Amino acid sequence: MTKGDTLIEDEVDALIDRPSRVDDRLSLMVGLVQRFTWERAGTEEAQRIELGGSITIDDSAALWKKVGESLLELKAARSVHIDLSQIQLIDGACMALLVHFRNDIRTRGLTCEFVGGSPDVERIVDLYGGHKRSKRRRVQRKPVNAVEQVGNATVAVLHEIRQILDFIGQLVASTILAVKNPKTVNFHDVGPTMERAGADAAPIVMLINFLIGFVVAYQSAAQLKQFGANIYVVDLVAVSMTRELGPLMTAIIMCGRSGAAFAAELGTMKVSEEVDALRTLGFMPLRHLVMPRMLGLVLVAPFLVLLADAVGIAGGLVVAAMTLEITPTRFLIQLQSAVKPSDIISGLVKSVAFASAIALISCQQGLATTGGAEGVGRRTTGAVVSILFALIVLDALFTILLAGLGL
Amino acid sequence: MKKPLIVVRDLSIGHGDTVLLERANFAVERGDIFIILGGSGCGKSTLLRHLIGLETPFSGDINIAGVGAPRLEGASPRYGVMFQSGALFSSMTVGENVGFALQEWTELPSDAVSAIVRAKLTLVGLEGSENKLPAELSGGMRKRAAIARAMAFEPNLIFLDEPSAGLDPVSAAELDDLILALNGGLGLTVVMVTHELESIFKVGKNCIMLDRETRSIIATGDPNRLRTESEDPRVRQFFNREAGAH
Repeated sequence: MTKGDTLIEDEVDALIDRPSRVDDRLSLMVGLVQRFTWERAGTEEAQRIELGGSITIDDSAALWKKVGESLLELKAARSVHIDLSQIQLIDGACMALLVHFRNDIRTRGLTCEFVGGSPDVERIVDLYGGHKRSKRRRVQRKPVNAVEQVGNATVAVLHEIRQILDFIGQLVASTILAVKNPKTVNFHDVGPTMERAGADAAPIVMLINFLIGFVVAYQSAAQLKQFGANIYVVDLVAVSMTRELGPLMTAIIMCGRSGAAFAAELGTMKVSEEVDALRTLGFMPLRHLVMPRMLGLVLVAPFLVLLADAVGIAGGLVVAAMTLEITPTRFLIQLQSAVKPSDIISGLVKSVAFASAIALISCQQGLATTGGAEGVGRRTTGAVVSILFALIVLDALFTILLAGLGL
Repeated sequence: MKKPLIVVRDLSIGHGDTVLLERANFAVERGDIFIILGGSGCGKSTLLRHLIGLETPFSGDINIAGVGAPRLEGASPRYGVMFQSGALFSSMTVGENVGFALQEWTELPSDAVSAIVRAKLTLVGLEGSENKLPAELSGGMRKRAAIARAMAFEPNLIFLDEPSAGLDPVSAAELDDLILALNGGLGLTVVMVTHELESIFKVGKNCIMLDRETRSIIATGDPNRLRTESEDPRVRQFFNREAGAH
């Protein structure tokens, strides 16, 4: 082996000189072991800190500890020179700590400079702005008080409301134009939307509503038994499923499936400039993206609700037969008198309103997406939460309205 | 002398409260390859979005082909646009992407649309890719497909947003050749945003350089001449790829 080879190997060894034992590494990480030198020299007024050895990321904890200790010992000093001449190797992270150390000293009104670095070290110093004069002290972030927070939140809410009103206004204008010229609406996407939001959702809608009917009947069976009013479980299940639970549970499933999908789909199209591309080809996003989704959802929702009503009542029938000794025939006879057409119709009317709200909110949120993947996630979450809130509010309004109309 | 294709007068643009460009004036001649240049964050892409009509300016006029402000929706496309990422519709095949506007805005039967789509894809060197999904294409191929889509309606003006960004040198050079061929062969006017110096010198006939600090146009003209003749150090620095003073 030649001398040159040995030198190169030594240098490589120095560069990859990382502790192999876990104990050694832990000691370094918490700053217990110091592998470089840090000497204080000079006078009390003009201090000199001489650094030496190799200082790498493994030594950063020990270096940071030294920086903290040294800052406490500088009270009498007027100037500090950080001598880098003995440093063999320093990496970017440790240089960043030294630049921070120097800036901290300067903010105390002292002069502080790096001196004596090798060309390699000087290059790192420059990259980290080490020879620049710091222009100003770090700007302290002002704490935002409660009044300001309320104000900011109000402005944000008003901005959001303006966006929503803007969207509704555009949609109304678009609908009027679409009625005048139906060819401009993208009807091709209505069918696929109905398939995805309707046919594909049928199994989960049936399962959930069957279980809801089952649970309602089961919970009420015990109470009704006490009064010998077993047969009224039919009325209870049928009316609650058709008027309330069928439409609401179906809407909640549609919100989770279709609402989230619409918001994420349109949001992704927005951030990947597909919506802009659509506009440059002469298409209106509202007529091309929003209307087919809304139409698809509104057309399919009543069918899903009818399905939900039927399986919910079937759930009740199973419980009635199992625990209340009501035969299926008696159940069906009682069902004829228990459910009025207005019960079913009111549920279907609600389902149309719910579907409109789901499509509107999810599409509005999707098209309002900004930023990247994080923006899509934020808007999808926002869409689902807003839809759930809107569903409950709409349900309450419909209950009051339908009661007022005597339905 | 022919009238310019695009005339911009006293245009001020930005977003929110931020003004990026104030009272800018320039014109794009027919048959030009016009490049919008400038450092990061100076508003190049925002200016392009205003020229396309995707954003509304704070003030000023953009007049395209003497007709008026750019108008997008509700009519067949009057000019082609290629976005930085291509922005192909991910749910459609490449062929459907290219033929989409033709299908919607013309009465052409589907086999005629297919013939046009095949021709446009051949024009950009993507023959035989009509049944592929955008996700199956490489970055360069996606940009070519986006150019084919922008060309579908036979525009005489096309906007390109950073066409060669993120491409390997060979694909970028091929794209430059394609732009020159479209401009030379079809007389297409090209307005593009780029900061690839090789592209600028190879294809650019005219350019404007925007400056973030002054929020104005600091240079106008042939990039090859500006490179050597401009007296503005910012312009020379840009064209000669020199690092800024710290």
